[in-house]
Amino acid sequence: MPIEIPVDKWPGSVREVTLGATSAEGGTRTHSLTVGGEKTLPYLQFEAPTPHKPVIAVEIYDIKPTDWSPLLLEAWGAVMNDPGQWAAAAEKAGAEMIVLMLNATGAEGAPLTPNGAVAAVQAVLKSSGLPLAVFGPGQAELDNLLLVAVAEATKGERLLLGICEDKNYRTIIATAMANGHLVSARTAMDVNLAKQLNILISDMGLPLDRIIMDPTTGALGYGIEYGYSVMERLRLAALQGDAMTQLPMLVTPGYETWKTKESKVGEGVPESWGDWKRRAVNWECMTATALIESGADIVVLRHPESIQRVQAVIEGLMAPAAA
Amino acid sequence: MALSGIQIYKLLPQTNCKECGFPTCLAFAMKLAAKQVELATCPYVSEASKSQLAESSAPPIRLVALRANGHEVKAGNEVVLFRHEKTFYNRTGLFVRVSDASEPAQIQESAARMSAYAVNYVGMDLSLDGFAVQADSSDPARFEAAVAAVRAASKLPLILVSSSPQVIEAGLAALAGETPLIFAADAGNWEAMAELAKAHKAALAVTGATLDELADLTEKIKGKGVEDLVLHPAASSLSSALALNTQIRRLAIKKNFRALGYPTIAFPHSHEAAVQAIAKYAGFVVLDEFDPASFYPLLVLRQNIYTDPQKPIQVQPGIYEINNPTAESPVLVTTNFSITYFSVANEVEGSGFPAWLLVTDAEGMSVLTAWAAGKFDAERIAKAVKSLNLADKVSRKRIVLPGHVAVLSGELEGELPDWDVRVGPREAVDLPKFMKQAL
Repeated sequence: MPIEIPVDKWPGSVREVTLGATSAEGGTRTHSLTVGGEKTLPYLQFEAPTPHKPVIAVEIYDIKPTDWSPLLLEAWGAVMNDPGQWAAAAEKAGAEMIVLMLNATGAEGAPLTPNGAVAAVQAVLKSSGLPLAVFGPGQAELDNLLLVAVAEATKGERLLLGICEDKNYRTIIATAMANGHLVSARTAMDVNLAKQLNILISDMGLPLDRIIMDPTTGALGYGIEYGYSVMERLRLAALQGDAMTQLPMLVTPGYETWKTKESKVGEGVPESWGDWKRRAVNWECMTATALIESGADIVVLRHPESIQRVQAVIEGLMAPAAA
Repeated sequence: MALSGIQIYKLLPQTNCKECGFPTCLAFAMKLAAKQVELATCPYVSEASKSQLAESSAPPIRLVALRANGHEVKAGNEVVLFRHEKTFYNRTGLFVRVSDASEPAQIQESAARMSAYAVNYVGMDLSLDGFAVQADSSDPARFEAAVAAVRAASKLPLILVSSSPQVIEAGLAALAGETPLIFAADAGNWEAMAELAKAHKAALAVTGATLDELADLTEKIKGKGVEDLVLHPAASSLSSALALNTQIRRLAIKKNFRALGYPTIAFPHSHEAAVQAIAKYAGFVVLDEFDPASFYPLLVLRQNIYTDPQKPIQVQPGIYEINNPTAESPVLVTTNFSITYFSVANEVEGSGFPAWLLVTDAEGMSVLTAWAAGKFDAERIAKAVKSLNLADKVSRKRIVLPGHVAVLSGELEGELPDWDVRVGPREAVDLPKFMKQAL
């Protein structure tokens, strides 16, 4: 008695979005990356093959972060003092994309200037051929000042610029439109908020295939279930044909997990938490895995060892359906 | 076709005897329609109604419980494919594999250590559910000794792993009166395994590479009178494991396909594969090794995935005294989302500094989420300060806002003019440093 396997037929699909431009495409990247395009719930290969594998991005800073876990400082070492070297090291460790975070203040404690931001971005572009995202410090005025300068100086590179939030998106959208870049749209773990921001952005005239959405998430133990379910619901809405949810998703398990106590510190914690370093890397890899299973197209990680482990998960999920 | 609550009600005795535990026959009928109870709970239902209801009354995924010494691990009875549709009910049972290749003394020592493991997560003690004893030796006597060694060290339920009925029988001999899980029946040994399961009232796992093979086996075994079955879809990759588990869950829930209406078991060989098994429907998970550094995050993941999305875990709003605060101690503000509360309370407690922790009613949301939703603002904080008469508790009126809502400080100064409003760190983990330096 052969069993009839129930297969979901969906009217909609996720849009394809291409990050980075090669010299032939008007940029300087050694290759571009396409994400999205899914026609099924995550990795149900028996319904339709997943068109593009999810991308592992690595988060770096223009100046060495002062509040990172000692485990991360030890893992990256001296390259953290130079964004170009850091990006090259991340590429060597297996990253497929770089996310450059701009700090509000430069090395001498003075506010970061547009020139300083452009210099950091150009150092990264020079040392690594990977597609690049550049995110501002998260202060509206400063973000706008820095990102406009970066966008103009890198015209045509198809950078992913962020962060667009409902309180601050117009300037970033305008400069992305004028200079051939993409934007990352961040909302706080809510399907309707995500949808609403995408509407606001596309109303300004930026084509939907130049938007990545960041529905945000919590780390394992710190609210991951909210992010997990919001992502499942966004994917379901996209497949059901809701155009304003049909965008690939970026999430930041590295940022979320490395601020938790479990990852950040090794002393004064219960013995039942186990070995610090193994626990910390597990926390990041397991958070990333759960988010990939719920529909993430880009996961931004921090620890170099996590890259290979999450890559193995992606290979397993991309394996074709058994005949 | 499934019957509605009203259709089911017409087939019940309609006496409202309450012996099923529900106030009326109609209430019981509604629960039956939602597949949350078994028809057998009604002592008076007629045989004719029974056969008519049999199809629609059983839950789409049978509840299977492993039991030992008062411990119980349940799987099944799930009703949805996605947790946001309702909730996932029976948390994945987490087991650790123990091989009979080790010496009994060594097994006993390690089982005792693992069995005693407990870790506290937001006020709950989480621990291991049981052991899977694997017959690598193929020697019945050695296997029985290994099972006895685990049992001497731990009271937790067991899974017995061997394809040989003789070896399984030897293991069962050491577990009188318990309900272990036999792993597993296959196309070659199923009759003997079914006999053993029946004789010892054990649950029986069924293994097969395809759904057709699994369904064929469960029907045959059910015909022998064994119904507490667990499916083991043998997968070769993460994607095939995801496909098979999704197909089984869909067939059971959407098609009411009885032959696969059982919980599943998985043997993941990496931490990430264990993550997928917990998120994607496994009823029981057997881990290759026990390491707190991976077991703790898996326990937490299971807790998160199985949290009822309709009921965020909240703590009571109010003022919490930490480290015996005095009139000189600062007031720290946070929300009543349990994870937020425990993160903050643990850090303050660990810092050794006394403080008043003001937990506002943010409808169970975290600081940033509550702020974005308008449930955590200066007005609400000020109202809580006033209604709890905090001005009478402290002489130095210092109130500390979470760093994520630094924007509220101006407004709060307006609401509480005689208070010194401070902005604390964004993350709880940085509180001890902040309290030492800034307070």
